Amino acid sequence: MTMTSYSEAIRQAMTDCMKQDPDVFLMGEDIGVYGGAFGVSRGMLAQFGPERIINTPLSEGSFVGMAVGAALMGARPIVEIMFMDFITLAVDQLVNQAAKLHYVYGKQARCPLVIRAAGGAGRNYGPTHSQNLEAWFCHTPGLKVVAPSSVEDAYTMMKAAIYDDNPVIFLEHKLLYPIKEDCILVPGKSKLPGPVRLQQGGDVTIVSYSYMTFEARMAAHILQKQGIAVDLIDLRTLHPLDETIILESVKNTGKLLIVAEEPRSCGISAEISSRIFEQAYDYIDAPVRRLTMPDVPVSASPSLEKAAMPDRAAIVRAVHELMGS
Amino acid sequence: MNSKSDKLIDDYTTMLLIRCFEETVDELFTTGVVAGTVHTCVGQEAVAVGVASALQKTDVVTSNHRGHGHFIAKGGDIRRMMAEMFGKVDGYSGGRGGSQLMADYSLGFMGGNGIVGGSIPLAAGMALRFKQQKKFNVAACFIGDGSFNQGTFHETLNMAALWKLPVLFLCENNLYAMSTPVAEGNGNTDFAVRAASYGMPGVSIDGNDYFAVRDTVRGYAGLARSGEGPAFIEFKTYRFSGHSRGDQRLYRTREEENSWKRKGPLRRMKKYLVDNDIMTDADDREIKKAVRKKVQEAVKFSKTSPYPDKGTLLEGVYA
Repeated sequence: MTMTSYSEAIRQAMTDCMKQDPDVFLMGEDIGVYGGAFGVSRGMLAQFGPERIINTPLSEGSFVGMAVGAALMGARPIVEIMFMDFITLAVDQLVNQAAKLHYVYGKQARCPLVIRAAGGAGRNYGPTHSQNLEAWFCHTPGLKVVAPSSVEDAYTMMKAAIYDDNPVIFLEHKLLYPIKEDCILVPGKSKLPGPVRLQQGGDVTIVSYSYMTFEARMAAHILQKQGIAVDLIDLRTLHPLDETIILESVKNTGKLLIVAEEPRSCGISAEISSRIFEQAYDYIDAPVRRLTMPDVPVSASPSLEKAAMPDRAAIVRAVHELMGS
Repeated sequence: MNSKSDKLIDDYTTMLLIRCFEETVDELFTTGVVAGTVHTCVGQEAVAVGVASALQKTDVVTSNHRGHGHFIAKGGDIRRMMAEMFGKVDGYSGGRGGSQLMADYSLGFMGGNGIVGGSIPLAAGMALRFKQQKKFNVAACFIGDGSFNQGTFHETLNMAALWKLPVLFLCENNLYAMSTPVAEGNGNTDFAVRAASYGMPGVSIDGNDYFAVRDTVRGYAGLARSGEGPAFIEFKTYRFSGHSRGDQRLYRTREEENSWKRKGPLRRMKKYLVDNDIMTDADDREIKKAVRKKVQEAVKFSKTSPYPDKGTLLEGVYA
């Protein structure tokens, strides 16, 4: 067991795959000498050289498309989108090209591509450097969307994403990058994992993903001390979504809180809420609660940003309301 | 007859096949036999066939919404192409793609595209892969004048030149982006000069001249193969047909159309072959008859092919 950070785990996963497989390469803005805006690829240029650590001009719409083209020819490209907000510039290539090629062209067309995007608020970067846009891509058949919340998952899921034969949007969170955990980085390949139960409890179900799972874990700890046992589920893979263990959990607890750092309307939390309503209506004994960002751009000002973002205190309050306590 | 002459007759035959296929497709859509929309390339056959003739089998081609000619020239099976128009299970994409989205990777035809400019980075990415694997292949990217002002054009040409990728940007300038004349969409209609601003050669040639197309592409493909990087070639041509089904062509005159028809690629190619005793008028009639028969067989094949089973709707979203 060693202390590893979330960003080190992602780097380690990319490095391990690149060592083993010449088809894997990384491209993106300032990923070379600079090591990426958040330092995730630091040192990789020296290790693999400029042909495999491709430092690009500021042209998201086209270097994402080039990665798609290379993937169709058998490569397994990883693309870093410096801030998830910039993925807007590459949406055509992801939605109209990458997502549809296999469905339309069949087995001859495979697009094994990882789009790493640094999302999320909490760093006072303002409206265009703080968004979580993952729901857009969950609305696109053919794309996979994943969001690891732990260091161990960051490592395992990055490797799984690289070896997945589909385009995968890999949501990283700026506030998770520095977080260190004592963990074992498991060698070998595995498939992208579905939702996981992080903590078992019979009183209330909390479902979350990415950095919100970190906050939910803290909240669950506080609630534990107050005598409320949380069944805590981390989604990990947002799309395609497997709701099986959420249903199991809700059928047991009868109460569900969904925590998602995303605008409230038409997002992940709405989708889960709807599936529970459709499939577990008879089991819920309180309305499903959601903690999300409001439908408003993220402000740069610390006070306004904080006001918009769910945190452990808000989660604890919401659980109390849900429990009627 | 020597093999060079045979090759010319083969290419002329392919040009005729494209013409006949496109005219037939146009009729099928116009008369409502086939639903949806289609973009035909009648009048632009010399570009498709000239380019394919200059490429090697292992080179790849990306196409656009007006791509039937590119596919036929690269060896596409017109029965499966026609069946795709009909939305039938024997179509190249099993009816999922329609006119714009067909591909046969085994032939190096990497597909059309429904988004103007969408294929430009894809082709450069394929070239990047060739370069990484140290293969002496090129990626040929067919685009139209309508794609000149998409961001992908600017971004990709810059990166292709920067990294000396073996990709050729092959632009069929047919003078209209749907209905908008090039002069109404571009501050400077001298397109070849744009290439210089990215640091790659750019040239403008007569796209209705099979020989000019073939020889120019062959030259730049050779340079790209040897590591000299990309090139931009503009082919001046004209689509005799409208943009798509239902286009009344109100934005141009019949006089203009007729003047282009007089310099059309097929009649020029035929004149060359007859004048040089490679083919007789009787040969020409025989070839045309055979081509028509082939296209009619493709229509018959498509009519009898079944629609895809509804039970397959959800299959293959993910690999």
